[in-house]
Amino acid sequence: MKISGSEAIIKCLLEENVDLIYGYPGGAIMPFYDSLYNFQDKINHVLVRHEQGATHAAQGYSRSSGKVGVVIATSGPGATNLVTGIADAQIDSTPMVCITGQVASNLLGSDAFQETDIIGITTPITKWNYQITKASEISTILSKAFYIARSGRPGPVLIDITKDAQFEMTEFLYKKHKKLRSYNPKPEISDNSITDACALINKAKKPFILFGQGVILANAEEEFKKLIEKTGIPSAWTILGLSALATDHPLNVGMLGMHGNYGPNVLTNECDLLIAVGMRFDDRVTGNLNYYAKQAKIIHLEIDPAEINKNVKVDVAVQGDLKNTLPKIIEKVEEKKYEKWLEKFRELNQIEYDKVIKDDLFPKKEKITMGEVIHQINIATKGNAIIVTDVGQHQMVACRYAKFNESKSNITSGGLGTMGFALPAAIGAKMGAPKREVIAVIGDGGFQMTIQELGTILQTGVPVKIVVLNNDFLGMVRQWQQLFFDKRYSSTEMVNPDFVAIANGYQIESERISKREDLKENIQKMIDSPNPFFMEVVVGKEDNVFPMIPTGESVSNMRLS
Amino acid sequence: MEKKENYTVSIYTENNIGLLNRISAIFLKRHINIDTINSSPSELDQIYRFVIVVKVSEKDIKKIITQIEKQIEVIAAFFHTDQETIFQESALYKVKSKSLFEERHIQNIIKNSHAKIVTVSPEFFVIEKTGFREETEKLYKDLAPYGLLQFVRSGRISVTKEPLNITEILNEK
Repeated sequence: MKISGSEAIIKCLLEENVDLIYGYPGGAIMPFYDSLYNFQDKINHVLVRHEQGATHAAQGYSRSSGKVGVVIATSGPGATNLVTGIADAQIDSTPMVCITGQVASNLLGSDAFQETDIIGITTPITKWNYQITKASEISTILSKAFYIARSGRPGPVLIDITKDAQFEMTEFLYKKHKKLRSYNPKPEISDNSITDACALINKAKKPFILFGQGVILANAEEEFKKLIEKTGIPSAWTILGLSALATDHPLNVGMLGMHGNYGPNVLTNECDLLIAVGMRFDDRVTGNLNYYAKQAKIIHLEIDPAEINKNVKVDVAVQGDLKNTLPKIIEKVEEKKYEKWLEKFRELNQIEYDKVIKDDLFPKKEKITMGEVIHQINIATKGNAIIVTDVGQHQMVACRYAKFNESKSNITSGGLGTMGFALPAAIGAKMGAPKREVIAVIGDGGFQMTIQELGTILQTGVPVKIVVLNNDFLGMVRQWQQLFFDKRYSSTEMVNPDFVAIANGYQIESERISKREDLKENIQKMIDSPNPFFMEVVVGKEDNVFPMIPTGESVSNMRLS
Repeated sequence: MEKKENYTVSIYTENNIGLLNRISAIFLKRHINIDTINSSPSELDQIYRFVIVVKVSEKDIKKIITQIEKQIEVIAAFFHTDQETIFQESALYKVKSKSLFEERHIQNIIKNSHAKIVTVSPEFFVIEKTGFREETEKLYKDLAPYGLLQFVRSGRISVTKEPLNITEILNEK
């Protein structure tokens, strides 16, 4: 029996166990939406307010659930509005399948209404993309799309489907893709690399582990914990690795990078062995590469061959899926403890506590600090919430101070640094993990970049909690202007609307907090609410985030003030 | 500054729309100019071979190759120095037939260059020269004073001195 191409798309989604999609209809994708009408009981379509919101929601969904996020949009502007989210998913390795409508195949290249070359536009920011012009291609291509998006190092895939292909009738047969001759998502593990890595680990005096999102993407949190507990090696995380290991684990020595913790940054240049686990030596982590861990041997456990020796030259590369490589390493490493070495991290982190953290979390100044808001959230949630952050000062503060017991709890735009990410991503995160508390922490700037998604919350009733830390500034840029541009605050001050009135307009219960004494009780009220909740917290206008490694400086030269 | 050198990049790929774009995007992203590019069916059925020449450092070419290989439809990518490859370019020269008969010197140029005459008509004749860039360049310079109607040069094509074992790579995958 023949079915329409648009129905075939839906059947493919069902074959891939997709029951939730984010999208926005329009001319070239109308046949799909018409077919979807018959499948409303099987697929929940979340109508966002802007296509960018659909991509971030799909990312949030994927990051909290581990599943592939699915996005639907029309041709032309619908498709181009996906670009930021696709680029974000590409750089942060988030599995996502975007399906866009396209003008009918006989009109391709004619500058037809709402025609845009979305394949050309998304080529450098997708793991794979493809344009379908015949209904008969749909099942093979979509099966390939899901396989590519989720396997190996995950990433976004875009499939562009012409309107005539959606109308065309076709036989439907679905076969799950398991292999492609030109693609090797699970590189074979070299036994030599395991032996070499273990030899280095076993003889190291001051080993240090850096872990990233690879641990989470490989579902290897347990294996990773076993490795560090057996070897006793102090471990620090990149912001995408945050929550892969409980924040209060005794071997968790904190956050790497520009606004990370003092100990792990400074001691990067004192260790004798650096073991990078599922991370990619981003410049925000390494600072100036010419002064980065030159004294240490380096081991890199990584699934993507293109990341090995890209930024940092390594001594031993262990290529492979962490789920497979970690057990092989655990088997061969000796049980050890590095009490004295660990003590050095504690000493430096104590300096940071005295000079920075104490005043952030328990401030004496009048205005509320971002740090104390996160601290109160920790207390109220006992470290069990998912925290979704946007980009800027609040993001760094949240990542520095949030407590997490469980993996997949920290959702943020790391590589691309996309302002506007958090609100839609929180919607998706809550839908991907409905039983968990999801709190979006956003700055006043980023909130207004995707503020329209409050409408999605209104329509779906998804009970996300939103905390806007308002300093009436684009705070991170302002901080740089203060420190490096002679306090010339060029276009960073914001005249903001009444956020509470806006939230109320969307029928979301809301509070505005500007006094310290109201903070704790209102955060508790927000957590206790079974409904969406919006909270604006007025924080110090010109507070800075420290410590900080200025651009171009070595990780050793971290500034505490 | 690291030393830049000519590298010949050989890429075996599936035969799909848009792949050229995907490969060139990797050079674009790094702000690298492509010197020559040639893409054609390879010795293997349904598999294409790109030959791209770029001038970059060894450190960069290694990273570029892994980033090219990472593309889903790329089967394998290699890079080689000029010393490691046998390479040639072809060039076609279209000259007025009149000048062939009027300028005796042209006959000597053609003879000495070991170029081939591809076609001759009453209005023009076309000669073809395959060789190194310097050789096709020299012939161009020699002929130019007598009036060239058209000139075109192909991208580099090259084979490597060492085997590439592409069939084995395919079988492994």
